[in-house]
Amino acid sequence: MNKEFVKFDKVDKSYDGKILVVKDLQLDIEEGEFVTMLGPSGSGKTTCLMMLAGFETPTHGEIYLDGKAISSIPPHKRGIGMVFQNYALFPHMTVYENLAFPLRVRKIPKDEADKKIDKALSMVSLQGFAQRMPGQLSGGQQQRVAVARSLVFDPQLVLMDEPLGALDKNLRESMQYEIKHIHESIGVTVVYVTHDQSEALTMSNRIAVFNDGKVQQLSSPDELYEKPVNSFVAEFIGENNTFAGEVSDISGGKCKVKLANAEILANPISVKGKGDKTTVSLRPERALINPSDKMDNVHNGKIEEVIYHGDHTRVRINLLGNSEFILKVPNSSSNLDIKLGNEIKIGWNSEDARALDPK
Amino acid sequence: MSSETQKILTTDGIPLEVSLKKAERRNKIKAFLLVAPLLLFLIITYVFPIGDMLMRSVDDKMVTEMLPKTFKAMEKWDGKELPEEDVFKAFYLDFRQLVDEKREGKLSTQLNYTKNGFKSIIKKLRRKSKNFEEGNYKEQIMAVHKRWADVEYWKAIKRRAPAYTSQKYLKGMDMFKNENGEIVSVSEDRRIHRILWLRTLEIAFFVTLFCFLMAYPIAHLLATLPMKYSNLLMICVLLPFWTSLLVRTASWMILLQQQGVVNDFFVGIGLVADDARPEMMYNKTGTYVAMTQILLPFMVLPLYSVMKTISPSLMRAGKSLGGTPIVAFWKVYFPLTIPGIGAGCLLCFILAIGYYITPALVGGASGTLISNQIAFHMKSTLDWSFASAMGLMLLAGVLAIYWVYNKLVGIDNIKLG
Repeated sequence: MNKEFVKFDKVDKSYDGKILVVKDLQLDIEEGEFVTMLGPSGSGKTTCLMMLAGFETPTHGEIYLDGKAISSIPPHKRGIGMVFQNYALFPHMTVYENLAFPLRVRKIPKDEADKKIDKALSMVSLQGFAQRMPGQLSGGQQQRVAVARSLVFDPQLVLMDEPLGALDKNLRESMQYEIKHIHESIGVTVVYVTHDQSEALTMSNRIAVFNDGKVQQLSSPDELYEKPVNSFVAEFIGENNTFAGEVSDISGGKCKVKLANAEILANPISVKGKGDKTTVSLRPERALINPSDKMDNVHNGKIEEVIYHGDHTRVRINLLGNSEFILKVPNSSSNLDIKLGNEIKIGWNSEDARALDPK
Repeated sequence: MSSETQKILTTDGIPLEVSLKKAERRNKIKAFLLVAPLLLFLIITYVFPIGDMLMRSVDDKMVTEMLPKTFKAMEKWDGKELPEEDVFKAFYLDFRQLVDEKREGKLSTQLNYTKNGFKSIIKKLRRKSKNFEEGNYKEQIMAVHKRWADVEYWKAIKRRAPAYTSQKYLKGMDMFKNENGEIVSVSEDRRIHRILWLRTLEIAFFVTLFCFLMAYPIAHLLATLPMKYSNLLMICVLLPFWTSLLVRTASWMILLQQQGVVNDFFVGIGLVADDARPEMMYNKTGTYVAMTQILLPFMVLPLYSVMKTISPSLMRAGKSLGGTPIVAFWKVYFPLTIPGIGAGCLLCFILAIGYYITPALVGGASGTLISNQIAFHMKSTLDWSFASAMGLMLLAGVLAIYWVYNKLVGIDNIKLG
């Protein structure tokens, strides 16, 4: 497997010569991998995708595809499949003609093309829809056609630009699995752009979190969630409780963080020494009510809000001056005394409280 | 199921249909009142005039009413030999009455349309008929001028008996009904209208084509440029549109005349000799140039409005799937602009086919169109019925084009915005 199937090498991009949309981007994508570019809007992720597809040129740096520099190759010669945000199905052509388009321009004989089209349509379970016009299909079906069209000419790389953005929640979730399964079954390399973190977490092998034109972190979904390297990633992926403070002591893989009126133990990630300002990040499910004695952080808090969520209950607590501290309590242990206004004990391991860069 | 036969009732027991109609009646009346002023306006300014034109173009009552006795007497005449005394007598009586009412001049004009040579003999008859004696009018009238003894002239009068005629339409196509009632073409050297019709179609076709060729790239640019530049470009497209038609045509006259700016420029760069300046005005060239410029916005706007709706990602999709830019354009973009092309071409062609001011000013003799001929008959010969007939033929032509377009492309495929 080629470790550097797609390689962004020191890529800068500016549209107006004043602001860099993408800054010094360094990114390697392995062959057969499903990589998601995740980030808020305006973070440069779509620009990266467009540069890879050939619709934008890098202002500086070079992009390599399978070892070849591609900046000077026009889009139609790159052989990259692409799924667009609004599907971009050709409205004047039937589904069959849409799928036949990439095969026709490649001068593939008709019987072979028909086989490929059948295969692609069955892959997205749309057999029998070949003669429909895109306008006669539902959003989800159009989406499948777009996916089939991007795969029908057997590209090595497929780009997807927020393909599920226009679908409703249930459909989006089932399409996520479908795309994931297609990727697993044919082993094509996929670069996927989204701003939806749950989409990114469910589908990807690796996720590149973009912010401010830079990749903040590139790692597998679990690592991204469990071990964010900076407070942007911690904040952007999943839910997050934070304490802002100052490091008062650091030793033996632990650090003491002084808050406004208390002190907590944390895991030093991006703090170097005494006096560093920091934001401590803690996932809601890592804090427990009525903790065992083994936990090295135990504090008292007051319940401010209780929201029932079916499988779990969200509890908002005023803890150590943070009135937005969230706890997720599974709805199985009913013996807990969760009532509005109650004082409760909350504890967590210092390992899970990551002292990151200050916000 | 019984629900199919059973009428659905509201809770008050009124049938649902009745209740629905009642509820919607107010809205219907409101809607009608809103369109009523326009409807009235259209009827008064459009339906009535066209109806009037139609009546005028086939109306031939004038002579019928001027010579009632004559035509009654002529009913029995077979139209081969000279008519009998009773026809002459009736004609004399009708004519005396016209002379008393001083309307014989109109008669002579009308009859002269049918056959040349009536004017002088009617004048002569007026003078002589004062001294006619009772009886034997045939001899007396025939003695006035030898043409009165010519059966062709009497046949010409009889042809004017019907109150309605298709003669003006035939004339518009350089045809006429001969003495035997057959429809024949006029002699080759007098077929002016056919030339004009063909030239009108030709000029309208080429002006539409030129407009299309020039407007397509502009419209594409307008639809794809960033807002800041496209607004500016849009103003450039619309600016001539806001300028008076006459001013624009006059400025073309300044540019195109032999001592004009364009010719000066050609001479200046040595393209043509000073004494061999090409004529670019008072011929077809002038008409083409000026009309193309003037009709350009009518092509740009529908094209633009259609192109604006075509998502740029479609072209990108075409390219990313492996189509060269040309293939992507031809297979993806162009087919999607066809509704706009249809609307623009139809609009340009229909406007061009009836264009008047520009060809009249820069067209010269070889650049005039059918509309100039219509205006000529309205203003100079005062043959309004002929002008109406040609106007209606033009209208019929436009409707025919519309029909053909509908058959070929489908009118629902048109998009003006």
